[in-house]
Amino acid sequence: MPLSRTLSKAVILAVAVALLPFVANGAANAQAATEIQLSYKDKKFEPAEINAPANTAIVIKLRNLDAKAMEFESKTLKVEKVVAGSSDGTINVRAQKPGRYEFFDEYNEKVARGALVVK
Amino acid sequence: MLAALIIVFREVFEAGLIVGIVLAVTRTVPHRNAWIGGGLLAGILAACVVAVFAGALSNLFAGMGQELFNATILSVAVVMLTWHNVWMARHGSELAGELRAAGQAVVEGSKSLLALAIVVGVAVLREGSEVVLFLYGVLAGADDSTASVAFGGFAGLALGAAVCMLTYFGLVRIPMRALFTTTTVLIALLAAGMAAQAAAFLEKASWLTLMDNVVWDSGWILSDSSFLGRALHTLIGYTDQPTAMQLTVYLAILLITFVLMRLYGAPAKAAPARG
Repeated sequence: MPLSRTLSKAVILAVAVALLPFVANGAANAQAATEIQLSYKDKKFEPAEINAPANTAIVIKLRNLDAKAMEFESKTLKVEKVVAGSSDGTINVRAQKPGRYEFFDEYNEKVARGALVVK
Repeated sequence: MLAALIIVFREVFEAGLIVGIVLAVTRTVPHRNAWIGGGLLAGILAACVVAVFAGALSNLFAGMGQELFNATILSVAVVMLTWHNVWMARHGSELAGELRAAGQAVVEGSKSLLALAIVVGVAVLREGSEVVLFLYGVLAGADDSTASVAFGGFAGLALGAAVCMLTYFGLVRIPMRALFTTTTVLIALLAAGMAAQAAAFLEKASWLTLMDNVVWDSGWILSDSSFLGRALHTLIGYTDQPTAMQLTVYLAILLITFVLMRLYGAPAKAAPARG
């Protein structure tokens, strides 16, 4: 039936389009990103303030030592990442201009706060 | 309690908007409640599974499992939405007409319903797993505030359902003929926005580094973390710092939807409009 052929053509095209970003990607290009270790325990970030140089990509290695899941979030850094209880998370942050960027645990926004200072 | 309400509401808000739109789109299609309900249920179940395996998922692909998972399911939703629009361009008038109960339309209609049920499932799954993790954390915590936080959480869920109903009843007030055009545009923008979000997730995973320069920063006019900003983020894919790649993907999806609708749409209807 021509109809189902038409439909399948449309689907194939749409799939191809949706996959474009995957095809276009190069392998992870880690051009000397700044790596920062951060841990989270009893609803507190340790250290509460982290530093990074301006205009370089940043990788935050977050270790959640609490038993519960947390969600690392920063509105200014455009980052949202769920980290399960007692496990690690990796957060890629694009190169930033100098400034102070606040982050927090979305599940405990009032108490669990920290900041990334880019210089 | 209020904090819990806000957290949960923020997560279910997006799903509420999408389910409302899908319900309005499928208003005249027979058996749509079963399909949409099925999508909703499947989404909730999948969200629980994802929540349970959140740690394992996250560790896949060098810690970028979550991002790639989000990009993948968003891409699935984009395909389904685009397909629906193309399908409707061909069969919309049959469904809207009085002969909508005709056997063929019902059979074909269920294909489109499956696509939209998947979209609903994906929308629920994406934000749902975070809600599950949050509520589970609260319920397992068993401190004094557990009951009130849980109450706030469920109130947030109820508010999300209210958003869904408001969207639905807002849309179905539009007359049938205009509703078709409106929902076509809404769904095309929704798909383009989701595709741009998928690109953003790939960028976060460092899988997509091509054209990742930020084109503009309109955060000073409308932040995408404000209430209106979030609504527009869901509906039309608004983001205050889009990269060149996100904009390209966004426009590409709109263009492709338009071209496919022209190519496969009902030829008799389209003819007079072209010069």
